Amino acid sequence: MTIPTDLDRRFREAAVRAGLLDAAYDVIESPIGPLLVAATDRGLLRISFNRGYDPEATLEEIARVAGPRVLRAPRAVEAAHRELDEYFAGRRHAFDLAVDLRGLAPFSVVVLGQLAKVPYGHTATYGELATRAGNPKAARAVGMVMNRNPIPVVLPCHRIVGASGSLVGYAGGLDIKEQLLRLEGVTL
Amino acid sequence: MPSVCQSLHMAGDDEASWRLTDATSRAFHGMMGAMAAAIPPFESFYATHAAEVLRLLRRRLGRERAEDAFQETFLRALRAYGRLQHGEHLRAWVLTIAGNVAIDIARRSGREVLTDVPPELAHYDSVAVEEQLSDLTDGLPPKERAAVVLRYGFDLTYEEIASALDSSSDAARQAASSGVRRLRRASERSTR
Repeated sequence: MTIPTDLDRRFREAAVRAGLLDAAYDVIESPIGPLLVAATDRGLLRISFNRGYDPEATLEEIARVAGPRVLRAPRAVEAAHRELDEYFAGRRHAFDLAVDLRGLAPFSVVVLGQLAKVPYGHTATYGELATRAGNPKAARAVGMVMNRNPIPVVLPCHRIVGASGSLVGYAGGLDIKEQLLRLEGVTL
Repeated sequence: MPSVCQSLHMAGDDEASWRLTDATSRAFHGMMGAMAAAIPPFESFYATHAAEVLRLLRRRLGRERAEDAFQETFLRALRAYGRLQHGEHLRAWVLTIAGNVAIDIARRSGREVLTDVPPELAHYDSVAVEEQLSDLTDGLPPKERAAVVLRYGFDLTYEEIASALDSSSDAARQAASSGVRRLRRASERSTR
């Protein structure tokens, strides 16, 4: 027996309304494949690429960070959903979303803060981002932070490239990095 | 942090030093805690138990009233979920909540539940101890019975029991102890 859709939806909405969730998420369609988007009451917590990800493992990881009350609740992430749709349609160049960076090391938070300032359609190198984060020698550490970016696309790690201008790497796959940069009109 | 084995190995022959140090003890209990069933993300818990909860509520309340009860059951579970200590016996826990929600809703609407013998603890798990305990507690009032079985059969904390029964942990403790007293009196009567 499956739960009637309407009953299921009403429970999920009631859970959001009652403020009982540690994190809510939805899986949304995008030109780069399905994205799992999770948020807490503080802001956006995760964006996970579908490729190679195990949904159960992603939920467990979210539960470890935010608490076990993790529920799929599209209503709770609809603002992020709308802004991402607009971004992928080329109609949005900056996100107006709070982010929840709990659990990250202070250095990562500083780096991601600087990353958020790299504008649409522009790139910066790992070394430049390290300098902006106050530690010019930390290019490799910045690379690690990019690799583990919990909120890709919104925190635009795809805009960070090697010193030679090569794309170097992207946790979601280099083709996705290239696709995002082309969307933003960067000539590669 | 040194592993438990490593610390035990380093402790040497002196018997006293074989006792776990505080830090090692914490590591050990942490490890045991990790081995006990972890609490799954609520989504997984819900996906696993929603259908069975709805079946139980439909049996008890009929199709229409089961819908309100379904939402109430999982909201109660959600309220308590962050306080769970481990992920053991979640099925027994959520079915107990559902059973109590069914009783509350039946009372509120002034109608009887469709089947009596709430909560149906005997069907929760096939573990022998819990079944015996369940048989033993057959004659107890529903809340006392649930408290006794959850406490002594499933080893839940009073706080967890309180969340299942939608009452305070003091009330859960009282229900369990008055259930035990009642059982003791019954067994004294039967042996006399």
